[in-house]
Amino acid sequence: MKQIAVDPTYIPAPGTPEEFNDIPGTTLFDMQRSRQGYHLNMFCMSLMKPENRAEFRVNEAAYLQKFPMSPGQREAVLKRDWNRMIELGGNIYFLSKLFSSDGLSFQHVAALMTGSTQEQYAQMMLAGGRSVEGNRSKSGRKPRHSKSERKRRG
Amino acid sequence: MAKIIASVNCSHVPAIGAAIDLGKTREPYWVPIFRGFEPSKKWIAELKPDVIILVYNDHASAFSLEIIPTFALGCAAEFPPADEGWGPRPVPVVKGHPELACHIAQSVILDEFDLTIVNKMDVDHGLTVPLSLMFGQPSEWPCRVIPLPVNVVQYPPPTGHRCYHLGKAIRKAVESFPEDLRVVIFGTGGMSHQLQGPRAGLINSEFDTRFFDNLVKDPLALTKIPFLEYVREAGSEAIEMVMWLIARGALDDEVREIYRFYHVPCSNTALGHIILENAGETRAATRKRSRVGVRSRPRSARKRRAAR
Repeated sequence: MKQIAVDPTYIPAPGTPEEFNDIPGTTLFDMQRSRQGYHLNMFCMSLMKPENRAEFRVNEAAYLQKFPMSPGQREAVLKRDWNRMIELGGNIYFLSKLFSSDGLSFQHVAALMTGSTQEQYAQMMLAGGRSVEGNRSKSGRKPRHSKSERKRRG
Repeated sequence: MAKIIASVNCSHVPAIGAAIDLGKTREPYWVPIFRGFEPSKKWIAELKPDVIILVYNDHASAFSLEIIPTFALGCAAEFPPADEGWGPRPVPVVKGHPELACHIAQSVILDEFDLTIVNKMDVDHGLTVPLSLMFGQPSEWPCRVIPLPVNVVQYPPPTGHRCYHLGKAIRKAVESFPEDLRVVIFGTGGMSHQLQGPRAGLINSEFDTRFFDNLVKDPLALTKIPFLEYVREAGSEAIEMVMWLIARGALDDEVREIYRFYHVPCSNTALGHIILENAGETRAATRKRSRVGVRSRPRSARKRRAAR
């Protein structure tokens, strides 16, 4: 087998917090946010069991008291404010247990989070999705590209 | 000796599983998607692998926030489909290959890839949707499957570089297994997509095309893409594409592209799919390719080489 030379010490730098914060409309589910959202996400996880879904439906606020979440997190759940849940440490794959038990799809909730109507969102996807142009940076700063990307862009 | 002969990369969008399970595959929205996998189904039916190593990510099904393994390997004899909040998918129980899985675990850990050994695990759409796409709806899956879940949900996921080299360690492990087994490795997830927040629905076909091209001819360039670039260029969930690099690392440096399929939209995502075979060694396994009508872009390249 032909071997190509590899540099075993090469590790790509992941990106700085400033760079992540500069991406519009995107929340990084990092360790701190995961810690903050632990009970919110574990509440969502509990809805994978049919008996818990039934109990939650009967009295949502009472069911939420079983989890040591913050008042803000509970309120966001009751209002189904998906962006707020993400801001408070919720992760979309955990939140999917909540919206699935509400009978909603990923696409439905994605549309809600973008503030567009279901129709508008579906049309955007059919037309090729949201373009990355104009959606890379809040500050308008030129993004720092990896070496291979810089090479490609010349 | 066991041998990895080919790789399959494809998305594992849950809505695909729902479309199959609910009999919606003939609806206009889904027709082009399932048509895109017809050649792949023929290809794998002819190839008849003994074992699939299936790299995917668990979506808060088997692993919650209680335990988050970066790399895990399913060493059990069976893996039941998970209840993801709407009941388990009506698909066959996945049969593992405990002997090979344990051998791989031992080998790669000694090669310094400290993966987590899992002896009991439910498998979610991340694993079952690719099987459905490649095999349809059989009463039993036609081969053994070794699940390899990767954390790409909680930051930080492993780097693409680490993934690529894990693939190489897996290949070494497989090739030191004494039984003659033909193994195909699946790298699933992707391509560009973002499911969260006001930027949801992001698609970057240019990024995806470049990823496809480099997966074939310059995978080392892909190992240098930092996490930030995946998120910014292709959406927060596009990081799943690092899992494609595990499969790529397990192949020869030179590969043949057998088939490629790309479709937007599939739910919120760009669906991507590519089949690669090792360039030198698999001709026998795939000699009937032309008959099954699989598009083979690199054939012209082979002809050119032959003519030289």
